[in-house]
Amino acid sequence: MKLTLKIWRQAGPGKAGKMETYPIDGISPDMSFLEMLDVLNNKLVTEGQEPVAFDHDCREGICGACSLYINGEAHGPDRGVTTCQLHMRKFKDGDTIYIEPWRAKAFPVIKDLVVDRGAFDRIMAAGGFVSVNTSGNTLDANSIPIPKDDADKAFDAATCIGCGACVASCKNSSAMLFVSAKVSQLALLPQGRVEAQRRVLNMVEQMDKEGFGNCTNTGACEVECPKGISLENIARMNREYIKAGLLSES
Amino acid sequence: MSKLNARIPEGPIDKKWTNHKNNIRLVNPANKRLIDVIVVGTGLAGGSAAASLAEMGYNVKAFCFQDSPRRAHSIAAQGGINAAKNYQNDGDSVYRLFYDTVKGGDYRSREANVYRLAEVSANIIDQCVAQGVPFAREYGGLLDNRSFGGVQVSRTFYAKGQTGQQLLLGAYSAMSRQIGLGRIKMYNRHEMLELVVVNGKARGIIARDLVTGEIERHSAHAVVIASGGYGNVFFLSTNAMGSNATASWKVHKKGALFANPCFTQIHPTCIPVSGDHQSKLTLMSESLRNDGRIWVPAKKEDAEAIRAGKLKPTQIPEEDRDYYLERRYPAFGNLVPRDVASRAAKERCDAGYGVNATGEAVYLDFASAIERYGREKANVEGIQNPSLEKIKELGKKVVEAKYGNLFQMYEKIVDQNPYETPMMIYPAVHYTMGGVWVDYNLMTTIPGCYAIGEANFSDHGANRLGASALMQGLADGYFVLPYTIGDYLADDIRTGAIPTDLPEFDEAEKAVVEQLQKFIANKGSKPVDYFHKKLGKIMWNEVGMARNESGLKKAIQEIRELRDEFHKEVMVPGELNGFNQELEKAWRVADFLELGELMALDALSRTESCGGHFREESQTEEGEAVRNDAEFTFVSAWEFTGDPGKAILHKEELVYENIELKTRSYK
Repeated sequence: MKLTLKIWRQAGPGKAGKMETYPIDGISPDMSFLEMLDVLNNKLVTEGQEPVAFDHDCREGICGACSLYINGEAHGPDRGVTTCQLHMRKFKDGDTIYIEPWRAKAFPVIKDLVVDRGAFDRIMAAGGFVSVNTSGNTLDANSIPIPKDDADKAFDAATCIGCGACVASCKNSSAMLFVSAKVSQLALLPQGRVEAQRRVLNMVEQMDKEGFGNCTNTGACEVECPKGISLENIARMNREYIKAGLLSES
Repeated sequence: MSKLNARIPEGPIDKKWTNHKNNIRLVNPANKRLIDVIVVGTGLAGGSAAASLAEMGYNVKAFCFQDSPRRAHSIAAQGGINAAKNYQNDGDSVYRLFYDTVKGGDYRSREANVYRLAEVSANIIDQCVAQGVPFAREYGGLLDNRSFGGVQVSRTFYAKGQTGQQLLLGAYSAMSRQIGLGRIKMYNRHEMLELVVVNGKARGIIARDLVTGEIERHSAHAVVIASGGYGNVFFLSTNAMGSNATASWKVHKKGALFANPCFTQIHPTCIPVSGDHQSKLTLMSESLRNDGRIWVPAKKEDAEAIRAGKLKPTQIPEEDRDYYLERRYPAFGNLVPRDVASRAAKERCDAGYGVNATGEAVYLDFASAIERYGREKANVEGIQNPSLEKIKELGKKVVEAKYGNLFQMYEKIVDQNPYETPMMIYPAVHYTMGGVWVDYNLMTTIPGCYAIGEANFSDHGANRLGASALMQGLADGYFVLPYTIGDYLADDIRTGAIPTDLPEFDEAEKAVVEQLQKFIANKGSKPVDYFHKKLGKIMWNEVGMARNESGLKKAIQEIRELRDEFHKEVMVPGELNGFNQELEKAWRVADFLELGELMALDALSRTESCGGHFREESQTEEGEAVRNDAEFTFVSAWEFTGDPGKAILHKEELVYENIELKTRSYK
């Protein structure tokens, strides 16, 4: 396959960036999108040019490191996949492909296609946990039976990989899908109920501080989410949030 | 031999850990605040250790090269985690888990460590459930289990095919809580490039901020290496692209012995290589062997027709299929341990029965499982005389609920629907049992330097059983290291903060900067990947699934030549002071090029076959591995001398007091 790549190049944070054009040839349809970029980068290095910086690690769709806005869609044209699972067979010979970083104020660009998603970690540190210390003396794992439906729903929410596609796809750059996935997972389980009120208030407060936008129920996040995290989680978080606000003493 | 005191506590095996914990020195809560601990790596081992140490009151500095601790490669573990809970009432016990692990490791692991692992395994499940880890449950609300290779009980807890993800997110949430409290200082996008040793003790590290390129000094009273395994020596593996051996290799070069480097696990069920462009291999979880049957055509002409695209696997009738694992190992069938399954696949493919274009693939078939589950489901739903179509439809749903994400992954990569046609799989490098040598306290031969999780060597012997990596990572991090490290740190309560302006820090930093500058100034002709791929080919061909004397000698020679060429010809564009992914790769590959040679050397010196290490010179007529207990019941621990090819071998004799050494048989 022969392709024309239009790639966002930016030397560093706060620097001006622009789209650069790279023709590329000899791409096999069996390559993943990132392997295609490997080919480009090795070519650039051999020519003494700086390769394109992009985040990636596991290359099997689970670490959440890879990002990329491809032809105007987070993780490209395929559904239910991350960029590392996107294969070139989804494109046609002769295509022009536009590759940009996640675009959101809360995700500043570090270099080229690499952005800083530290805001997600800070939201997690504000409350995305159950306050239990390590101890050999917690309850036996089977002492609290959990209805299978609840456990399955909690699992579905917990499969979020924190890639940020939801934020990148949202016209408001909202992080509601990400935050609600964690809030839901723990709200659905008895272990997480104890702190549910504090958790939702603190995580939402931190989310707002980080500069993410609000949710207007457009649903683009759900469509682009590589793990199919459901919008129902946002509804659940809203319920939790209102409930917490009403019950809160301060 | 003073270097190799494993410090195994006295007493009967089931009392060792309890006695040890009762007698170990403690650091009181007020003094813990005066002590700093560095943890390198935030996977299951590092993440759980960092969280637990911080909860106890230590000041923890945690480092990961990824942009968030949640992305460590433990996240990709699929199948499950073992624990001796005996929830299924199938006769499981701490002793059985211990026994299975020692036997599965082909009698090359340390009894006391493995027993402790089995002992704390049940606590891990309790801990994770308390954190909100959503394990799979049955309709009664209790936890579900499945079986893994090499055992005859169901002791594996799981969360679909994403168990590693869920456990890691549990550890990450525990870390996040401590980060929020300020007890863990988290350094994302940082890579440890050197260990700093002061007066014989590990006292800090030199790290590079991967965003700014700045070289930083970090001091502590102890340094914990939790940076995972070194499977990426082979270039193609199931490891993440960034997984690397640098932290382990640097501590080795500073004096820590490196144990059993040749013990590599080749996992039998991975998606086969499709071409030269390939950057990594994807695992299809071992849990699939619960339901999938592995086969190749029984007739060579059928295999040839398949390779030529003239025949489909579904067209081959039952009697013309060779379910070779069921044939060779009737007692364990498709659930033999990984090393055995991998070699059997290689044997069939080498004999000409491989089923994809490259001839290096076998089938993993779910047709009979789909039918079996479909019939069960039809029964449950009260459907009388269901059609085969209906059965298949129902069965597919059950299989989807169990392995949906794996099937989807397969379909995306191979572009074939595994519900309709069997998967094609082939062995690939997956895990390294070898690693930094540690004593019972998980301390390396450098005082104050610890190694946990896949980075150490101690628990899996020559072959790791499925679902035991998650168990070991979390055992080390939650339940072992937090206790044992106190014994060492008790001496440091009056030391005070370690200054970073000591001459040892100056020297370490200077060496790091010089090497980095050399890479940038080199202006060679070839990118890092060129050398890494070449190294990978040498390793796979000569130090892979089957090894022999002449191949290993050849590999050593080739690696040495490649290493020279690398330092002369590598091209690293960009700058030292800034985000530079090629520079990161160059640094890591430089270490792989040294470690690869030590792996070959180790494989050469161990002339027996054991576990994942198969020496062609040591096999039966039927091709089964032959262990040599009289000469090789020891851990090979290598001392660095300045040249990886001239490392000095130290031996830790393995003593089996509780398990009788037997020929491992799964027939």
